[in-house]
Parts: sequence; C-alpha cells; structure tokens
Amino acid sequence: MKENEKVFQILVDNTSGVLSRIAGLFSRRGYNIESITAGVTADPRITRITVVTSGDSDIMEQIEKQVGKLVDVRDIHELKPEESVYRELAMIKVRATPDQRENVIALANIFRGSIIDVSHESLMIEVTGNSGKIDAFLKLLSGYEILELARTGVAGLGRGTKNVIFFDD
Amino acid sequence: MNGADAIVRSLQKEGVEYVFGYPGVAICPFYNSILGSGIRTVLVRQEQNAAHEAGGYARISGKVGVAVVTSGPGATNLITGIATAFADSIPLVCITGQVDSTLMGSDVFQEADISGACESFVKYSYIVRDAADIPRIMKEAFHIASTGRKGPVLIDVPQDIQMQPLSRFEYPEDVSLRTYKPTVEGHAVQIRKVMQELQKASRPLVCAGGGVHLSGAAPEVRWFVERYHIPVVTTMMGLGTLPTEHPLFYGMVGNNGSPCGNRAMMESDMVLMVGARVADRSIRQPELVMGDKVLVHIDVDPAEIGKNAGPTIPLVGDIGSIFREFNRKELELDFSEWTGVLNGYRTEVPAPEASEGGRVDPGAFIRTLSLAMEPDAVYVADVGQNQLWSCKNAVMREGRFLTSGGMGTMGYAVPAALGARLADPGRQVVAVCGDGGFQMTMMELATLQQYQIAVKIVVLRNNTLGLVRQYQHFSYKDRFSVVDLGAYPDLERLASAYDIPYLHLTDAGETERILKAFLAEPGTALLEVRIDPDETV
Repeated sequence: MKENEKVFQILVDNTSGVLSRIAGLFSRRGYNIESITAGVTADPRITRITVVTSGDSDIMEQIEKQVGKLVDVRDIHELKPEESVYRELAMIKVRATPDQRENVIALANIFRGSIIDVSHESLMIEVTGNSGKIDAFLKLLSGYEILELARTGVAGLGRGTKNVIFFDD
Repeated sequence: MNGADAIVRSLQKEGVEYVFGYPGVAICPFYNSILGSGIRTVLVRQEQNAAHEAGGYARISGKVGVAVVTSGPGATNLITGIATAFADSIPLVCITGQVDSTLMGSDVFQEADISGACESFVKYSYIVRDAADIPRIMKEAFHIASTGRKGPVLIDVPQDIQMQPLSRFEYPEDVSLRTYKPTVEGHAVQIRKVMQELQKASRPLVCAGGGVHLSGAAPEVRWFVERYHIPVVTTMMGLGTLPTEHPLFYGMVGNNGSPCGNRAMMESDMVLMVGARVADRSIRQPELVMGDKVLVHIDVDPAEIGKNAGPTIPLVGDIGSIFREFNRKELELDFSEWTGVLNGYRTEVPAPEASEGGRVDPGAFIRTLSLAMEPDAVYVADVGQNQLWSCKNAVMREGRFLTSGGMGTMGYAVPAALGARLADPGRQVVAVCGDGGFQMTMMELATLQQYQIAVKIVVLRNNTLGLVRQYQHFSYKDRFSVVDLGAYPDLERLASAYDIPYLHLTDAGETERILKAFLAEPGTALLEVRIDPDETV
C-alpha cells in the first residue's frame, strides 16, 4: 500500500442497497475510494467488502466510525499490511504480432501470469498479486500497446486465525 | 388481512396515537385500513408539514412520530421534513406509498425513488417486497428510530404489497438486528476518569446540547451540576436544560450565543460536552476547546466523538444513564468560586424599550412574551432573526424550546407547534415566526382549525427576509437582493378567512395588554407584531 492508504474489511448484511449505502457514504463525506471489491462470504447472508482508501488519521477514524454506524454493517476493521494478505487480479490485453508474442509470454512468465486468450494480433494475460506487482508488470509492458485492461481492485484477508469473526446467530 | 392492515396493526402495537399525512392512490390501501383502528389521522395541507408535525409530536411526547404519504410528489414533498428531523436526531417513522412492485423502475405515473433520494439523511430505510415482512420491518423501524442516536426511518411500501394477503399477523416481541446494537451504558473506566479529572479541575463547565432532551436527561444533568455548583452553557438545541434564570446557567454558546457563555467556554479548564455535536454554529473553532482544556465528550453516537474535536475522554452512551452513574459517586467538590467569577461576566438584560413612538424592540418583546406564557409552555421558534431573538431573549422556566437547529428549515414553527400541542394538549404552545417562514407553512392554519388544535402564533412582521437582509447589510454593504416580501398579505383578513382570532401590536406600550388578550384566547390565535426591518440581531 502507498503511504496514507489503508485497507478496510467491511462485513455487511446482504440487504438490498447495502453497496450503494456504503459507496454513497464515502462519496458524500468526501472520503476517497482507491478501490472497492465486494463478494459474498462463506455465510451467504454476509458480504465482504474490501475498500482501499486514503487520507489522514482523523479521516480514517471517521471512516471507521461512520461506516460502523450504518445499520447493515456488522464489522469494519483495518487489514493492516503486516498482518494481512492482499491480492488483486488484472486481465491485460496486449497487441502482439506473431513475432512479438514470445517476448510478451516471457515477461508474463516472470510474473507468473498466464495467457488466457490469444488471437492473431493480441494476447490476453492474467496476473494476480498485490497492487505493486501488477503496477510493476504494467510498467514492463510499456513498450507494447495495451489494448484493454481490467483490474478487480484489492481483496484481502487477515493472516492466521486471530482476527476471524464468527457470527453464530 | 392484507399488508396495509398489517401496517395499521403494527402501529397499534407500537402505541401510535396520531398519523400525520396526506393520501394518494398509492397509499390508499393504508388509509382504508386505518379507518376504525382508533389511530387518529391528521390531514396536513402539504406533506413537508406532516414530517414537521410528527417531529414536534415526537419532541414533546418522547415517542416516535409517524408520517404517512403517497408515492412520487407526496414522498418528495416529505423530504425536507425528513432532513430536518435527521439533522436534529428526531425519531420518526415515515411511510410512503409506492407504485406497484412490478412497475417499480419503469418511471410510471407518480413514481419516485424515495429511498434512494433520502439515503443520506435517514437513519435507515426499507423497501417492502413481501407483505409477510411487514411486522418485522415495522418493529425494527420503531426500534431503530427511537434508540441510540435517534432519527427518521423510511419505509417505502408498493401499493400491491399493501394489498397482498397475509395469512397471519405476529408482531415480534424483540428486535434481532445483529448489526445494530447501540451503546446505552457508559464505560465504567471512562466514567471513573471523568470523575478523577473533575477532582483536578478548577473551572469545569457543562455544555449541554440537544442530546440532553432526546435522552430525557435534563433532571439528571441538573442534579449533577447543582450538587457541585458546576456552571452550564448550552447550544441552541440544548436550551431549556436549566431554566434561563437558574444561577448556574450562563447562556448559549456560539456565534449567536451570549458573551458570558462564550467567555465561560474560553476560560474553563474542563468542558463536559454533553449530547452536542461541536458543530460550526456553536463551536466555530474546535481547536480552542481542545487546546488547554480537558474535553470530555459524552454522546450516544460514537461517530460524533472526535469528528470536530478530539476529546481527552470520549464517553459513549445514553446521557441519562451516564449521569445517573455520575450521580452515584460521592465527591467533595464545590466550584462556587469559579461561578462567582462568571457571575461578574453577566450582562444586564435590556428592559423593554418604549421609545421612538412606541417602537417594538423584538428582543424585549420576546422576553415579555416568554414571561407572559405559562411556566411549562412549549416555545417553538422558526428560523431566521426571530429564532435568534428567541434564543437570546426567551426566558425558559420549566418549558421546552423547539426549533430546527441543524437544518434551519423555514416554516418549521407552525407545524411543529401543532404536533407538540397534540402530544400534550394541556400545555400551552406558542409558535414564533418571521413573516417569511410563516408564509411558507401558513396553509397549516386550516389543519389547526379542522382539528381544533390550539396554537398561539406570533408573526414578527417586517416585510422582509430579515436575517438574509441583515447579512446583505453587513456583508454586501446594503445591496439588498430578493429579500423584499412585497404584496404582503393582510394577516387580519387571512386569519378571518380561517376563522382565527387576530391581534396586532404596533406600540410597545401595549405589549403586556395585547399579550394577555392573545394568550387568553381559548383556541388558535394569530398575533402580528410590527417590527422595524432595520433591526439586527
């Protein structure tokens, strides 16, 4: 994560409109969203939202309190870098003529990317890692023409079992 | 039984006495079911007033106010009232009719996404998709509205859901909201810390906000400050925590507050901020209350603590509960020396002026009015100069002071007074408005008369939007723009059109006599007071 950036894990009840409530709160109070991802957890009643945000410590405290007070929110806490794993997935479509193909594939291999589609003029690469790794890979591809790029945004989990939240009801 | 019957049954279970509202096709199933239910309905003349009336009712009854309107324009008209309640943390349940669920999202006649529109100023909202959910949703809505930091909850009910048959009605005993558990009791460690700091302090001060009234905690706070002789100031919403002439009360703080109150804030070494947001109108420079002071911030909403000022001791919980804990401790403390210093800062209240051909001084008039009112009366101030004159000059005894403090919604006073009077029909209720705000909601004169609800309405008439004019006077060097209330209605004829007794005051020498006659009117009465447009507050 960059300086000033934090990753929050938000667990919410799967009610209708819950995503817009969270996103709306960020926008109307002027909090930044660098990335936001959401998906259902092992408990289908609960959705996990991972938000990467930036700001000073007062803003971070307000984000935690304002989000925490929304009726649908079960829990919000920071996923601290030293105690968590973050991952992001990127799909990158690069223009690659048959003679360029080998070089691009070699680069992808270094980053443990996989080629998931190929055509006469392009390659599609899937790369997973933390955001820094994906940024680095994109930088390496700068000599090539990137036709389309899809990044999922950061998902994360705390390491170990210390911070696992159990909802038994 | 259908969905609409279930809503009415739920309202009965919640002990709802009054529904303020306005029907339309999309809410007709509800208004059909409510007939014969024993719940009384009040037909407002514009939906915004339904929320204000429910709000006035909630503030005085301590219960949840209920407003029920139709879809589309009915719902959107309600918005200002909902936002007003949200800004002052007033518990409301607002029910809106909606087009059939099968048509939602297709922009049919009188469809508006009201839950989307109100998202940022409701405490929570529901769109009902199945009539079977109604008992649970109603139970949750009343619970959410009336607990923690109170506020409005919106329930949008499509017409077909209101008509959907329901096989059985079982109203839940309890609410099981896994995600919503507001803190009531203050943390024992924090309470002990406050007591320790209080023992070290030499100039402590209690700053009481609207949260004191919302918690019903004024008696507990009063007991606490009287025991140790701790001086009290309030925000606008906290007025009435102590009677105005109580020896420990030093006035309102903020840019419209009293010099004495602000000086007390500056010179104190420990401030207990109680149910106050530390918002811009009260505490313009939060760093000043943080610098050299111990700041204790007591609020039921943890998000308020640290939002505008970082406290030394945060204390989350219900104010009544926390002060009951404070009051259990036995401390040997007495701050009479400090209150003695503050007493020297008190300024004399100006006596009513009768100079310049009987010119009515607005401040003096307000003071006389408040003293002529019954001691436990409800004083409802509108917004603008009238509100600021009221804050500064109304003498509160055992009554209540209501106003739209957070949102500053013009036209609030008349409908809120109507709701307040219904909440406590034995209590005198006086609404004080300017001529701008009055014209925003004067259609409610009809509602007052239809239901024979007695509210005394004072209109301070200066034919101008006084507070904006005053602002343009100071900030734009008398370039007055769009503040002239021309084609002024003849209020005497207006009152007579509604069959309301009318009095007017133009000569300050007549103040007491006119007020006596005005307040003696058995029903609603209108008093027009001529004041000079150049008056500033």
